[in-house]
Amino acid sequence: MIRLENVTKRYPGGQEALSGLDLSVDKGEMVFVTGHSGAGKSTLLRLIALIERPTGGQVIVDNQNTSRVKRRKIPAYRRQIGMVFQDHKLLYDRPVFDNVALPLVIAGVSRRDAGRRVRAALDQVGLLHKEKQNPETLSAGELQRVGIARAIVTRPKLLIADEPTGNLDPDLSLEVMRIFRRFNEVGVTLLIASHDISLIDRLGCRRIPLEEGRLQQEDEPW
Amino acid sequence: MVVNRHAEAVAPVRSSGPVSIWATRHVSTAIGSLGRLVRQPFSSLMIILVIAVTLALPAAISLVVKNVRSVSSSWDNALDFSVFLKQELPLGEAEELARLIGQRADVDTVELISADDALAEFKQQSGFAEALDQLSDNPLPHALVVRPGPGNTSASLVLLQEEITNLPETEHVQVDTEWVRRFHAILDIVRQAIAIGAALLGVAIIVIIGNTIRLDIENRRDEIEVTKLIGATNAFVRRPFLWTGFWYGLLGGLMALALVYSGLYMLDGPVARLAGLYQSNIAIASLSLAEGGAIIGVGIFLGLSGSWLTAARHMRRIEPR
Repeated sequence: MIRLENVTKRYPGGQEALSGLDLSVDKGEMVFVTGHSGAGKSTLLRLIALIERPTGGQVIVDNQNTSRVKRRKIPAYRRQIGMVFQDHKLLYDRPVFDNVALPLVIAGVSRRDAGRRVRAALDQVGLLHKEKQNPETLSAGELQRVGIARAIVTRPKLLIADEPTGNLDPDLSLEVMRIFRRFNEVGVTLLIASHDISLIDRLGCRRIPLEEGRLQQEDEPW
Repeated sequence: MVVNRHAEAVAPVRSSGPVSIWATRHVSTAIGSLGRLVRQPFSSLMIILVIAVTLALPAAISLVVKNVRSVSSSWDNALDFSVFLKQELPLGEAEELARLIGQRADVDTVELISADDALAEFKQQSGFAEALDQLSDNPLPHALVVRPGPGNTSASLVLLQEEITNLPETEHVQVDTEWVRRFHAILDIVRQAIAIGAALLGVAIIVIIGNTIRLDIENRRDEIEVTKLIGATNAFVRRPFLWTGFWYGLLGGLMALALVYSGLYMLDGPVARLAGLYQSNIAIASLSLAEGGAIIGVGIFLGLSGSWLTAARHMRRIEPR
């Protein structure tokens, strides 16, 4: 699903976020990218979402070489990927329902179909009863679940999440991870950046440890 | 129920047909943009008013010119010549000449004003009666007022004037309508000036709308970033701002029409009174349907131009970070 070949990302000023990184994630896998802040986790996800482009190497997502995706085609590319953010990036000027419906509106889904899909997505994160509320009235855990509903409402094959539990306490974090796990069980590929090692160990998923933009050598075999 | 919903969620995203997507999106974006304007009634109204005044100003002035022109063009038909005859010409010959000219096909009427009549009238009107009484002779000549027939063209009028000027009895021919031609030339200049002024005001509207849209874009920067992040195209994020510009233009144009019509309504009474004084039936020419449509059309065009110029530039600049 995701393959990185010798990927380097250097920022102006010479700072290197990723250095010759090789990795691959298979279809249907649920994988965690771990490491300290500054290890390159976010940069990796940004390259996959085409928010940035690598300085060198290839990023291949679902058999598409991202370096061949033209600027004009980036929106269509992004619509294939579900994205979850640490700060959930919800829009506070509209209710939960409209937030979750936004990707469908962008994709041009009819209003009737959109309504059914939004409710299905909200149901999956357990927030169906909050569809009319404004995000301001929700708790941190609920906000993140709305963010997840928005990411999965278009049924993407790939979901990437940058520190989705970064602002949550352990119980809420586990709840969010269980939701991810359920998506994984129906075939969604997930790549999640997190530094919450204890939580990841409890889920028993594969880890990709990064350190200073490189794969960290670990004792345990993959 | 839950199982059913789950099945819904797993089904692939199915889009409707391209045309209906396009139409549905535009209708809902248009309504959304209008809703935003309605939710900030005061600031929206200010901008609409500025646009309305800017559109109404040249429209009103050109309407005045149009009316003045239609009134003054009726003066064209009354090109009376004053023919002053030679001083020594006796009254009998003057009468004979008046009769002869009056028989011409291109002349409607000829009125003879004898020297005595002219002096009497002059005494009465000028207030120099006592001074004039001191004169031993009447200094005024006999005069003819020649009114050309209605069938004349401007060329045939010139010919008539020349022929009368060349008569041996004629001292001087004065055409009273020279000022009408000058007046029309002035009106043409005014019209030209209105066109230039209207173009400048149009640029002003584009700048005003562009600036308003720019502020709007800055206020919604986060929203634009997020929507782009989840796959919105530039066209998608630009659309609501284009509709905002459209609404400003449309509402501004409609309000400009309202301003012009209320101005006409207020002038209706005074003009009717003036027409009564002249015993004529002058009515103000209002805006034609095409002119009214043009004001609204120009408003919409300027609104869209202003928002498009701004939105196109800013949308490319705002990218997710």
